[in-house]
Amino acid sequence: MDNNLSFVRTEMLQGQTPPLGERGVVRWMRTNLFATPMDSALTILAILLLAWFLPGMINWLFINAVWSGPDRSVCSTVAQGGIQPDGWTGACWAYVNANFNQFMYGPYPMDQHWRVNLVAIIFVLLLVPLLVPKIPYKVLNAVVFFFIFPIVAFILLVGGWFGLPYVETSSWGGLLVTLTLSFVGISVSLPLGIVLALGRRSKLPVIKMLCVIFIETIRGIPLITVLFMASYMLPLFLPPGVSFDRFLRALIGVALFASAYMAEVVRGGLQAIPKGQYEGADSLGLGYWQKTGLIILPQALKLVIPGIVNTFIGLFKDTSLVTVISMFDLLGTVKQHFSDANWISPQTPISGLIFAGFVFWIFCFGMSRYSIFMERRLDTGHKR
Amino acid sequence: MASQDITPVGRDSAKASLLYDPKFRGYIFQTVTVLVLAGLVYWIVNNTITNLQRANLASGFGFLDGRAGFDISSSPYLSYTSDSTFIKALAVGILNTLTVAVVGIITATVIGFIIGIGRLSHNWLIRKLCTVYVEVFRNIPPLLVIFFWYLGVLSVLPQARESIKLPFSTFLNNRGLFFPAPVFGEGAWLAGAGLIAGIVGAFLVRRWAYKRQMATGQQFPVGLTAFGLIIGLPLLALIIKGFPISFDYPVLGAFNLRGGTLIGPEFMSLYLALSFYTASFIAEIVRAGIRGVGKGQSEASHALGLRAGPTTRLVVVPQAMRIIIPPLTSQYLNLTKNSSLAVAIGYPDLVAVGGTILNQTGRSIEVVAIWMVVYLSISLLTSLFMNWINARMALVER
Repeated sequence: MDNNLSFVRTEMLQGQTPPLGERGVVRWMRTNLFATPMDSALTILAILLLAWFLPGMINWLFINAVWSGPDRSVCSTVAQGGIQPDGWTGACWAYVNANFNQFMYGPYPMDQHWRVNLVAIIFVLLLVPLLVPKIPYKVLNAVVFFFIFPIVAFILLVGGWFGLPYVETSSWGGLLVTLTLSFVGISVSLPLGIVLALGRRSKLPVIKMLCVIFIETIRGIPLITVLFMASYMLPLFLPPGVSFDRFLRALIGVALFASAYMAEVVRGGLQAIPKGQYEGADSLGLGYWQKTGLIILPQALKLVIPGIVNTFIGLFKDTSLVTVISMFDLLGTVKQHFSDANWISPQTPISGLIFAGFVFWIFCFGMSRYSIFMERRLDTGHKR
Repeated sequence: MASQDITPVGRDSAKASLLYDPKFRGYIFQTVTVLVLAGLVYWIVNNTITNLQRANLASGFGFLDGRAGFDISSSPYLSYTSDSTFIKALAVGILNTLTVAVVGIITATVIGFIIGIGRLSHNWLIRKLCTVYVEVFRNIPPLLVIFFWYLGVLSVLPQARESIKLPFSTFLNNRGLFFPAPVFGEGAWLAGAGLIAGIVGAFLVRRWAYKRQMATGQQFPVGLTAFGLIIGLPLLALIIKGFPISFDYPVLGAFNLRGGTLIGPEFMSLYLALSFYTASFIAEIVRAGIRGVGKGQSEASHALGLRAGPTTRLVVVPQAMRIIIPPLTSQYLNLTKNSSLAVAIGYPDLVAVGGTILNQTGRSIEVVAIWMVVYLSISLLTSLFMNWINARMALVER
């Protein structure tokens, strides 16, 4: 036997690169796109769908689109009385461009737009520090945001004081109405919803029954009927001579509607709190409000943040329904301008709707992303 | 003794504690609430009566027997003219609401399940496409989707003369979708009877097969048999009667299409919008439901030797359905309630018809009451039905 071990490897072998099919793009495609015959078929189908759909869409949205122009002629073909060649289709962003101020402010007087802008700036300046967790003085910020800001905004938007000309709410419109309705709806429906949820879990039978009836009735009927109710029946309920602003009526309808849904979300959180928390609070000698405010609600609300934000998003989307009772929010204003003789063309409605949809989408998507972020941040690992 | 000087604690504190007794305080609080509420209701009723008297408006539901005097664009089930009564108009509205709700729920469920399962696919492209779908439709208002279909797509379709031809003599133009209408000849009822018999037969076969499998372990191809029964029996009936069903095809005339059945653009846009919008929510519910079934379940099933198909069908889906059904119910109810957006594009559903009546007669209280009763009943019935399904599906625990 040859026992000569003169060749002994002293260092580790260099790892070989995997074969071509097992690394990089090829591997990724094999595992993610073509894992099984079925997968391959689906991928090819999806690619075909995209190839059929995407180029046309990009063409329509960007390349063929008209970005600016004085009137409808830039968005219609020669046969339709415009300047574009026959067979042309493309988005008419010129229409959005020309009416942009209308879409934002509605018929709010042109020379008073600075008031809306000022409110918007204050709103953003107060909201951003509230949303970024690192910035201190949260309580002060929240108090200013929810109690002082509404008063300032009311004075600025409605006017009539400090030399500001009075602007009645019927000349509000566009995104201004959408955001005002949502902001007030959100800040009214959350506390109201919490109160209703507590009422529904109350041990007092009368209170419980009243809350159940309110919540279940509102949740059982569509928002439109609530809005109709607010705009046709509320005036009947008030003493003769007393009249409500129409905007305020819509606001009441939206806020009541959202609070019923909010109540159910909060109830879900309350039910998820273990009994020991209640008993612990009782044994410390805390009263009902102390127990609820200091022990139960902070935990319950944290659990249902996604649900709360979903309700906010739902409320934000639902504000578009005020169009039906002839108020003009963003969607209503956009739709109202379809019949503008200056801009009637086959491309106008769809362009306007895509613009409005994009604005709504940004707000809703932003809210849902923020809720995911907050959920992760507040997650203390107690969730089952 | 010193201890005699201490007054008994119980007696004295019982007197003082009446104010602090939670029960007593509860009674007081509830009584006050009821009184305040009763006062509010009295005030409202009083105001309403005064207002109605001042405006010279009558009240009560007697007006419903009167002549409606307005036309309804779509009444597929009842023959309605402007001479019909208000009650009939409302009935047409209710039927239209139910139609769009039922058809929408079916479509939304199908799309939602496909997209929801697609979001869990191993295929990257499919997963991303489904995510884009969900994120787009979840974050825009349903009313905007309705307008998108109605104003953006369906009303810019070509005129009747240049209708888009689709397969099976179907035409699409800006007046809606025209398709062949079946004309039932003599003896066509037998096919209907065959269909019902087929469905009942399929149910019976399923029960029998389940019992046999429980007893003996032998399987029976239930799916194929049911399919054969449901398709075969009506077909057999048709063959016996010599195909009594014929079709009334829409014919392209000089300016318009004649014959056939028409689905108006209002219905189509409402139906498409509600289906697409609700499907995005159903997709999320389905995804959460399937994700909620532990991985161990499908691993155990694989270990028992079940393949991917039976694992999904017999192990994952039944458990996922338990998570899915309650939120699915509320989506169905949302779709039904969202069908009231029809009023914005003039599809005559309950709210649109009621709105017309309200504007004509000024009977706001009565109309709103009818709305509430109908929608609450629909909600209640749907909840009962879904609760029944849920109870059947729920985990039977010892």
